[in-house]
Amino acid sequence: MAGRVIFDENKCKGCELCTTVCPVKIVVMDKERINVKGYHPATVKEMDKCTACSSCAKICPDVVIKVERL
Amino acid sequence: MAVVFDKTKGLTDKPFHYCPGCTHGIIHRLVAEVLEELDLVDNAIGVAPVGCAVFCYDYFNCDMHEAAHGRAPAVASGVKRVHPDKTVFTYQGDGDLASIGAAEIIHSAMRGEKFTTIFVNNAIYGMTGGQMAPTTLVGQKATTAPLGRDENHAGMPLRVSEMLATIPKAVFVERVSVHDVKHINQAKKAIKKAFQTQMEGKGFSIVEVLSTCPTNWGKTPVESLKWLQENMMPYFPLGNFRTPEEEK
Repeated sequence: MAGRVIFDENKCKGCELCTTVCPVKIVVMDKERINVKGYHPATVKEMDKCTACSSCAKICPDVVIKVERL
Repeated sequence: MAVVFDKTKGLTDKPFHYCPGCTHGIIHRLVAEVLEELDLVDNAIGVAPVGCAVFCYDYFNCDMHEAAHGRAPAVASGVKRVHPDKTVFTYQGDGDLASIGAAEIIHSAMRGEKFTTIFVNNAIYGMTGGQMAPTTLVGQKATTAPLGRDENHAGMPLRVSEMLATIPKAVFVERVSVHDVKHINQAKKAIKKAFQTQMEGKGFSIVEVLSTCPTNWGKTPVESLKWLQENMMPYFPLGNFRTPEEEK
């Protein structure tokens, strides 16, 4: 069951809560970039492992994440 | 392709002003999702507090009213009596509800005012800069308790839910937490139940949500969730204290 997460990146405040709840540990902070707020935004590098469980979206305090099931 | 999770229509597009990792954002989303699911976005009137959540009138996509510090339950009582067909809620922090607003919340519950209160307890005053709140834990450091709260000097933290549960007309009282996804789901169920209790005209309902304040606790957001679980949950046990079924 594949999924896809979409980040509204410029709203991310880099709190890292989403990285702690991902069951397949694919949500990471992008240390190579900063967003308009000046934070390293959360991102997913290995999207093919996403299971569309929505855990990251549910714990995100800034409603940055949208989840789709493919 | 199906959308599994998207931002609720109960929230406006304005970005939250809260600090990174502050769980106010999660609680806002839960309330807004419940408003949308119960088809209340056009039928609800919220009352904003004074404190970090003072700007929540910009974030909820329903009609909102601002109240003086601690007086949201008094304003909500008036709004609900004038508009008994509307769903009225207050969104208050612990500095607002448990200290300066203690009289208002107790007497609203005593009168059985038919509105819902979302009580966000993060054991500290956030907006004013980390002063000791009535809910600050013994030993917890605050700017007005630099060596930690001393129970011989400042007493013991106030358990608001347990206190309100002794009032007969407070028909729904539950304490929840948002420190992980499982508890976030349970918190949403409790908030939904509280709004349904109001819509059925049964009486006063309150949901206390244990929350974090990474900035004033001096911890990272991830450490804060752990601190909440290890320190706040033993003193503020989760659970339902009152449901309307008990009245039967």
